[in-house]
Amino acid sequence: MILPSAGLAFAALLRNKMRSALTMLGIVIGVGAVVMMQSMGGGATEYVSEAISGLGSNMLIIIPGTPRGLGQMTTGVPLFTLGDVDAIRHQARDVALVSAAGQRVERVVYGGRNRSSAVAGLMPEYFQIRAWSVSSGRLFTQEEERQGASVCVVGQTVVDDLYLGQSPIGRDLRVRDKTCRIIGVMESRGASAGMDQDDVVFMPYSSFSRRLVGNDRISAIMASAASADRIDEAKAQIVEILHRRRHIAQGDDDNFAVRDPRDLQAVFQSVMGMLTTLLAGVAAVSLVVGGIGIMNIMLVSVTERTREIGVRLAIGARSRDVLTQFLVEATTLSAVGGVVGVGLGLAGAWGVARGIHVPFVVPAVSTAVAFAVSILVGIGFGVWPARKAARLNPLAALRFE
Amino acid sequence: MGSPTSRPAGDGSAPAPLLSLRGVTKTYGEGDAAVRALDGIDLDVVPGEFVAITGPSGSGKSTAMSIFGCLDLPTGGEYRIEGIPVQDLSGDVLAALRNARFGFVFQQFNLLARTPALENVAMPLVYAGVGTRERARRAREALSVVGLAGREQARTNQLSGGEQQRVAIARAIVNAPEIVLADEPTGNLDSKKGAEIMKLLTALNRDHGITVLMVTHDATCAAYARRQVVFRDGCIVRDDGKEAAS
Ligand SMILES: Nc1ncnc2c1ncn2[C@@H]1O[C@H](COP(=O)(O)OP(=O)(O)OP(=O)(O)O)[C@@H](O)[C@H]1O
Ligand SMILES: [Mg+2]
Repeated sequence: MILPSAGLAFAALLRNKMRSALTMLGIVIGVGAVVMMQSMGGGATEYVSEAISGLGSNMLIIIPGTPRGLGQMTTGVPLFTLGDVDAIRHQARDVALVSAAGQRVERVVYGGRNRSSAVAGLMPEYFQIRAWSVSSGRLFTQEEERQGASVCVVGQTVVDDLYLGQSPIGRDLRVRDKTCRIIGVMESRGASAGMDQDDVVFMPYSSFSRRLVGNDRISAIMASAASADRIDEAKAQIVEILHRRRHIAQGDDDNFAVRDPRDLQAVFQSVMGMLTTLLAGVAAVSLVVGGIGIMNIMLVSVTERTREIGVRLAIGARSRDVLTQFLVEATTLSAVGGVVGVGLGLAGAWGVARGIHVPFVVPAVSTAVAFAVSILVGIGFGVWPARKAARLNPLAALRFE
Repeated sequence: MGSPTSRPAGDGSAPAPLLSLRGVTKTYGEGDAAVRALDGIDLDVVPGEFVAITGPSGSGKSTAMSIFGCLDLPTGGEYRIEGIPVQDLSGDVLAALRNARFGFVFQQFNLLARTPALENVAMPLVYAGVGTRERARRAREALSVVGLAGREQARTNQLSGGEQQRVAIARAIVNAPEIVLADEPTGNLDSKKGAEIMKLLTALNRDHGITVLMVTHDATCAAYARRQVVFRDGCIVRDDGKEAAS
């Protein structure tokens, strides 16, 4: 009985194409929004996890600022000093490596060509913390760091753009109004967290702060714990040292934070969780509105087709056959809306993923759930009109004008 | 048995009645607004009969037809099909009965709009649980009986009134029913088309042994039937089946 009913339902819906399409709209939007946002959320999560794991799992980032909600307030908060870096290096037992880190976007020029790149000042330990090395040439040494040597290591994007693929090693690169000699090219890391990791110029921190920044305030410190299971101890030791050095009394708010990749992931996940909840609400409203639209159209349809129902009852349809017919029709409406919604949602998410270069993810579970919900909406909101049809008296239905 | 001597009181001829109304009344509405559409009807129909019901408007003809067709139950009295009282049957059994034993032809044709003839004709078979291929085969056969072979895919709106009524007759006979109930089948057709429909019903009665009950206003149409029943004010005022028997 179900199969002929599904065929009948499709035929009935096709007879009123425009009306069916408009009726489905609520379901299409609800399902489409869920699928699209879940796909984009999945893509963003994958992307952030990749970016975070690319940082190295033992890594710690020390940044100035006071916690405000999910973010960090940095205005009016003191930066760090080289003394802080040395103190962490020598006093924190579970910290293996420490590097000051500073970064600013500068115009870099070679020959007639120039571009804006991220110029970072780092200590040689940084490359060990991030397990990142050169593909050709060499990294700068502790000796060069101590001397504030005018050397730099560049990323592949800078090489490709300014040197048109030639080896830049041994040549001079102008950074703003200063010159540095290129000694190495970094291994390519591609794009991560929305930024081209190869569009970089790395120089010794001493050289960066003296020649480009002009002061020795440090805006971030990178460190690595001795091992992955010593991260919490390493963090506690850093906090203790910085409390002492920054004169923060017990019970006062910290004006710095020590983060590890798990924190970043947790912050990201709490933001995603909020977005998902918000979206679930929007989708639920949209599905209810869609369901009411379906109920409305089905009631209209039952009235319009009262005579048809009368004929069906006269020629031998049982009331449950009529119930099934209208229920299947309502469910077909919402299921087709669900399929279209899934299709549009995935297409939209794919387009966005392509546009902003994040991975495209098919959210299998959410898609299945959204589709199942669309079917349930059809059944739920179709029951009343279908019962109305099934309870018609055959004679009264036949005489209906 | 075989002997014409033992027969139920008041009954015309030897065969047991297929359909039998005894003191049937039908009242619509309640209290002051009540309308007594049927006022004590006794009527027996034996297999193979062709009965024409005539009478003035509002005399209860359509009401009697809907009771015959199990579309409605009598308010009083008793309706039996092959001796079985209809009022004891459940809604699903009545639906099965309508499906298997009755075919309906209406004045307004009542076909599905914009739907191919074949699909309209096959509709009763859907509810009989017949498979798709067998449905198409039998619907095709029924359409050829009514002279519409080759018009299977024509949609309702592409057919003339007479053709639509023939599709409706094909739908009525597709499930090989014993009884066809036709309420003013020619009421919406001109006399030429009406005569074609009457010839078709006559052929069904004569060649296929289908019992036909027909309501009509038209004396020419009524003349095709072998038995005339006349209604007035919810009562039978003339029944030449009874006269012939007595
Ligand atoms: N559903 C109903 N509710 C109330 N009264 C009804 C209903 N159906 C029929 N009647 C009344 O019952 C009486 C018999 O109606 P019926 O339709 O059986 O007449 P008819 O002989 O078929 O008339 P016509 O030749 O005009 O078709 C009429 O007075 C009619 O008004
Ligand atoms: Mg009538």
